[in-house]
Formats: sequence, structure tokens, C-alpha cells
Amino acid sequence: MTAAIEVRDLRFAYPDGREALRGVDLAVGQGERVALLGPNGAGKTTLALHLNGLLEPASGEVLIGGLALSEETVTDIRRRVGLVFQDPNDQLFMPTVAEDVAFGPANLGLRGEELDAVVADALERVGASELARRPPHHLSGGEKRLAALATTLAMEPEILVLDEPGSGLDPAGRRMLVETLAGLDVTLIVITHDLPFALELCPRSVVMDGGRVVADMPTRELLARPDLLAEHRLELPYGFTLAHD
Amino acid sequence: MGAGHAHALYVHEHSPIHAASPEAKVAAVLLFVLSVAITPPLQAWAFGVYAVLLASALVVGRIPLRFFLLRLVGILPFILLALMVPFVGSGERIDLGWVSVSREGLWAAWGIIAKATLGAGAAIVLVATTEVPAVLAGLRTLKVPSVLVAIAGFMIRYLELIADEMGRMRQAMTARGHDPRWLWQARPIASASGALFVRAYERGERVHSAMMARGYTGEMPVLEERETPVASWLAVLAGPMVAAVVAVIAVVGS
Repeated sequence: MTAAIEVRDLRFAYPDGREALRGVDLAVGQGERVALLGPNGAGKTTLALHLNGLLEPASGEVLIGGLALSEETVTDIRRRVGLVFQDPNDQLFMPTVAEDVAFGPANLGLRGEELDAVVADALERVGASELARRPPHHLSGGEKRLAALATTLAMEPEILVLDEPGSGLDPAGRRMLVETLAGLDVTLIVITHDLPFALELCPRSVVMDGGRVVADMPTRELLARPDLLAEHRLELPYGFTLAHD
Repeated sequence: MGAGHAHALYVHEHSPIHAASPEAKVAAVLLFVLSVAITPPLQAWAFGVYAVLLASALVVGRIPLRFFLLRLVGILPFILLALMVPFVGSGERIDLGWVSVSREGLWAAWGIIAKATLGAGAAIVLVATTEVPAVLAGLRTLKVPSVLVAIAGFMIRYLELIADEMGRMRQAMTARGHDPRWLWQARPIASASGALFVRAYERGERVHSAMMARGYTGEMPVLEERETPVASWLAVLAGPMVAAVVAVIAVVGS
């Protein structure tokens, strides 16, 4: 079976010369749920932008479902990889939530009743059907997260990449998000600083630091390695210990 | 800020104008403003008719007078500018005792003030009875190019966000003892505005990325097409059509 995501020796530098990725190798199987961890500036978001073809690699390769990312395949790949941005305000730019959710599938050519059905379905999957007519400005932080997730789900992606989805959510909102994400039938990459969140949702963790992958192991194992966590500025919340089984 | 609140310019009511289709209302406002704009200032009676039409829209739309007048404050700068015209205008002078003004300038000032008030008034009625997404949908139905509608939509969407950001910055300054009272204390405000501009610019780039990620190719997708019954068009346009007839009579008669 071909990997859902395959990244080979990916390198990228921003125009100001800062090297964000210095040779990233990563393979993610279909249906896997992977947490992408690491300190600020490790290159996590930069990697996420590459998976959707928003940034062009300086060298190296990105393959989505065996398909190499190139100018010809970028449209197809953007449909297959859904990206949920760090700040939902960046993602909700239309006058109402329903129009925002419709934006992606409409770009894919859906219209009329077919489009309405896709929008209703996407909102229902995140439990946000009642938000449809509301302007994004008046939503709470948690509601914005769900709406942003729905805008991506409406494109029926095979892979979902979320950039710090839990930040700014209250505990109940965070719980709802974990449940919603766990119920999705997609390959999941979750960028987060929240280790319990990672443990709950992702059996596998990949740690990045300095533009490279520095650890790749089961999340439970990683969290039992205080030395490794400390080395990459990761910390479990105070008083949080992992039960050994 | 509670969730579910409508835009600050919107009046929560149930009136025939609130219920009317947005594209008809947008067209009605355009027709009304156009009629007002082409009417020569000397035909003062015509402006009286317009004022009555606008006032009846306020009554039918259940827009509180106080709300309307507060919104109208926005045109004050234009009115101040217009008030200067009689003093600097040329031609025949009228002596007002201690100062003389130009007759032509007086009429010009009257024209600017009357037209600005009526035009802005009509726009206030529109946004007080129509929520922003509906106004934008109305513009789309009227075949306004989708790029322009999108730009208007983005502006409204992100203006609120930028205003929030500005409010937070001001709070942050106040929290650290900044209490500007005089112009020479404006420096921190100026640098904050600079920071705000950079933030807005960066947000623009991120929004563009988010659009690209969902298959944006440079053209906004057309989302909905609705049909408004002719009868409802006529009901909404009745007032502005009276205005149009008045305008034609005024133009021909002058």
C-alpha cells in the first residue's frame, strides 16, 4: 500500500535566508494519526505548508498518495490534503459560515443542491449545523475552530493537517475537538505543544527541532522519556505522570 | 462581545423593509441616490419630496430616529466642508451684516448638505434593515463583479478584526500607564498604527494561503442565484421610482 504522505530530504529557506527545513524525511501510512511536536521555530508549520503545496521546496520531494507534488498535481493535492490554519480568523473569510464552508467545494466546481448538501454534511460532521447563517466575527473561539475544520472537511480530504488546533480552547471545547477529530476517517497530522492532547489523539509522535525530524516513536513512549522531552523544550503539564502498563 | 449579535449598523426588527429581498433594496437605494444626485439644488421642493420618502422609509422600517441621527454623524466632515463654500464662493454677494457670502456658494452648500444627508440616509436605511451577508448576496444577484463583492466582504470581515486588534493594543498601552490627552502624546498611537498595518498585511498573506489551500484560482466562486418575484421588486422600488420621476421633473423644469 502506498504511503499517504512521503517526504524525502525536504529543504526550504525563507526569503530572509532563515533555513526552516534542513532535510526532512517522513512517511505516514494511510489512516495514521501522527502528532507533530517540537519547539517554536522548529519548522512544523513550514512542513505543513509544504504538504499542501503552499510552499515550494528548495530541494527534496513531497508525495501524497504516491503522487509527487508539482505544478501539474498541486490542484489535485490541495483537494486531497486539507489544511486547518493556526488562526481560524485566517480561514474564515466569507460573510457567513455556510458561504465559507462552500468556498472550497465551489472552487472544485460544485453548485446548487449538490453544494448545499456538501456544506450541510460538513457542518454536521463537526456538530456545527446551527452556525451556518452566522457571520464568523460573532463566533466564540471554539465555534470558529469547528467552522474552520468544516471548511476543510467540505473538500473531502484524505489527509487532514491541523496547526495547533487546541490552542485557545476551553477544556470542553478541546474535548469536543478531540472527539470530532477521532471520529474522522482520514489520515491526521496534528501540530501541537499540548502533549496530553497528542497522547489522546495520536498513537505516533514525530518531534522536529532545527528543521529536522529528531524523534519518531509511539507517543506513549516519547512521553515516558523526560530527557528527550527536555532536550526539545517539550514538557508535560505539572503533576502529569504517565501510568505504566 | 456576545455571540449572535448582529452588526452595529443593523436594527433588530421585523418590518416589511427587513423582509424585502436584499437585491431589490440595494437597487432601490441606488435609484434613490441617483435621483437625489442629479436634482439641481435650486429645485428645493424636490428635496422636500425626497425627505418625505426617506422619513416614511424610517417609519415603515421601524428605525428609531435617535439611531438614524447618530449614524448620520458620519457625514459631518462633508457638512463642515460644505459650510465653507459660501464664504469662498464667487459671484454675487449677500451682505449678512458683519460678513458677506456668495449667493451661488450658498446654493452649492445647500445642495451638498441636502444630497449628502439624503444619500447617507438611504444607505443607513439599507444597512439598518439588511444584514451584511444579505447586502453582499444582493450585490452578487445584481451581477456586480464577484471580485468587487469579495473585496467588500473581506473589508467588512477584517475591518472588525482590525478594530478589535486596535482596541486590544490600546488596552495594552493603557494597562502600562499610557493616558494620551494631547496631540504631542500621540506618538505611541502612531507607532501602534504602524504595527497594526504590518499585522494586517501579514494577515492578508495568511488569508490568501488559506484560500489557495482550498483551491482558489483567482476567481471567486459564484455561490447562489435567487429569484425575486416581480411584485416584491415593485413594492420596494415604489418609493425610489417616485423620487426618479421627481428628479426628471426637476431637471427638465430647471
